[in-house]
Amino acid sequence: MNPVEILRFAVGGLAANKVRSGLTMLGVLIGVAAVIILLAVGNGSSQSVKDSIEKLGTNALTVTSGGGFQSGSSAQGTKPLTVDDARALADPADAPDIASVAPEVTTSQTAVYDGTSHSVSQVVGTYPAYFKTSNSRVDKGDYFSADDVLNSRKVAVIGSTTATDLFGTVSPIGKKVVIGGTPFTVVGELATKGGTGFQDPDDTVIAPLPTVQNAFTGFGSLSQILVEAKSSSATTKAQNEITTVLMGTHGIKDASDVDFQVSSQQSLLDTQSSTNKTFTVLLGAVAAISLLVGGIGITNIMLVTVTERTREIGIRKAIGAPRGVILGQFLAESTLLSLIGGGLGVVAGLIGSRFTIVGIRPVVIPSSVWGAFAIAVAIGLFFGGYPANRAAGLRPIEALRHE
Amino acid sequence: MGRLADRFGGRLGAARSGAGGHRGARPSGPAGRADGATGPEDPVGDGPWGPSPVIEVRSLRKTYGHGDATVRALGGPPSARVGPDGGGDGVDLVVEQGDYVAVMGSSGSGKSTLMNILGCLDVPTSGRYLLDGIDVGGLDEHQLSLVRNRKIGFVFQSFNLVPRTPALAQVELPLAYAGVRAAERRRRALAALALVGLADRVDHRPNELSGGQQQRVAVARALVTAPAMLLADEPTGNLDSRSTGDVLAVIDRLNAAGRTVVLITHEDEVARHAKRVLRLVDGQIIADVRQAPADGPPPALLDPAAFPSSPAPGAHAATPVLTGSPLDGGASR
Repeated sequence: MNPVEILRFAVGGLAANKVRSGLTMLGVLIGVAAVIILLAVGNGSSQSVKDSIEKLGTNALTVTSGGGFQSGSSAQGTKPLTVDDARALADPADAPDIASVAPEVTTSQTAVYDGTSHSVSQVVGTYPAYFKTSNSRVDKGDYFSADDVLNSRKVAVIGSTTATDLFGTVSPIGKKVVIGGTPFTVVGELATKGGTGFQDPDDTVIAPLPTVQNAFTGFGSLSQILVEAKSSSATTKAQNEITTVLMGTHGIKDASDVDFQVSSQQSLLDTQSSTNKTFTVLLGAVAAISLLVGGIGITNIMLVTVTERTREIGIRKAIGAPRGVILGQFLAESTLLSLIGGGLGVVAGLIGSRFTIVGIRPVVIPSSVWGAFAIAVAIGLFFGGYPANRAAGLRPIEALRHE
Repeated sequence: MGRLADRFGGRLGAARSGAGGHRGARPSGPAGRADGATGPEDPVGDGPWGPSPVIEVRSLRKTYGHGDATVRALGGPPSARVGPDGGGDGVDLVVEQGDYVAVMGSSGSGKSTLMNILGCLDVPTSGRYLLDGIDVGGLDEHQLSLVRNRKIGFVFQSFNLVPRTPALAQVELPLAYAGVRAAERRRRALAALALVGLADRVDHRPNELSGGQQQRVAVARALVTAPAMLLADEPTGNLDSRSTGDVLAVIDRLNAAGRTVVLITHEDEVARHAKRVLRLVDGQIIADVRQAPADGPPPALLDPAAFPSSPAPGAHAATPVLTGSPLDGGASR
């Protein structure tokens, strides 16, 4: 009795009940496809976050106010970041590794144009250096200039989402839009950055710092200071220079007592990727459960098959089928189910991950494809083992009497 | 498997030579048969005691349940009086090669239990059972499956064909389990189907065949491995009289060709075809009547006129003669 023969019996057994076999395979298919797609989505989202952070420029540094977690005691002495701090950082004598400095205030306002209202999640007041440092390129129109900043002109560069929501297909350049009660003239529209996460980076309005301070935030503290180092290799030096300069302006002697934080994109990247890893693991766990359910489906169907075909098993035993052949036949049936189901699941998973899912472009992890397929086949073997063993263990006389 | 095949080798050879020839001029008397069994083509022979019977059963008993609920299906009560066959406790039975035995009895008489034990489908509670000289009691499950495959051909009352499988594949199945190669398997299955007159129905599935045709497929499947004996459990129980005649004619011819047949029935009409009739009551053999010599042709072929329901042997003139047919290739590799 060679294995090909056993396989032929198994195929015959599966073909005898096409709908049932098909549905069982569907269970495995969905499990495998879910594993591949969900892991690809998780991977894709972390990839796109990484990309968008890298797009921001790896030589960008962000200075934020606050002493961090470890120095709650110094909270009462925290000095906010001011435009003077930014000016101090821009001094090439004190900070030779800093290329440009862009102080930033951020608020959220409602923009209205021609009766259309849109809530802008990020209204940024800053200097023109911001555009280069944050990798924000203008697609239509132009950036605002240093002259606009000095004269506090009410001009704005808007993100592509904001532009679409307010103006539709009409070009926004030169139009007057009322943001939080203040009319602004749109001078430019940013290129679409695209991105993920909870905030759309394209839903933004960027205006000169004094204009935004005047209209919304007041001339007090800054939200953050965006600093661009001269090169990505100079970020560490630039980081040290920022710390030294700001300790001077804030009058802090002890380095452990600083009331500001300097974070590089690299540290942001690390945080993000660890968050994403958790996300991916969660998705993977959900998918693994569905794969397991598919496996239990195989057991269930094989048990039904064995019960239903008890008499046939009895006949086969009566004409001399050895235990091993019966075992092999049913094991081959369940393994075929999982093999074909898993194979189709891989195909479905690979096709499914070509589509953009909730704004995320899935990136297939090759090991997840092999892993899911291998686990599916192993599940077929494992979960098919019990019913197959039961079939093989039937006593011929009892099996023959079974109705 | 090899070990067992070795063990069976000589026996299979003996069974084959017993089953193979002697259709035309069958020598009568035990001496003639012994000569046939230990012919030059079969040097192994059957040992110093001559050919062993196909079936040799000693004080066979089968009980179900325990304690007060014990039911004796076979062999009678342990302290029963001595039965007419003189067997006392348990069933004793010897069936010689080439014999055609009908086991009769009402339902509950233990004939199905006897059949299941003889067919190695069930194990006796006590007693010895030698099938073709092999003590079946000492075999493990795998060896039993080999015995069922090579030594026994089953024909059941309810046909018991594998569902959704064409006739040819049905008949090939035992050969597949025996490990015969595909081409050889096909050749022998076709020959067996031709023998039962179904050469034109090889691609039909069980649901496309009449009851009589299904049973003939079952007979073909039973004889395709050239087993030591054909075991038929009420083979005509579900058939009309015409199909009954067809199936019995096939079995008669098989026996005439030397195949040992044990047939279980409760119909006298069927039992008339046998050379020897056993009656079973309450698990005991109460009568053992010989209707024709064990090594002669079966009664239906001796005197066709007495069996109007069965076609004359010439009716299947187109079917090949058993002697020298490919069926005699044996099941061992």
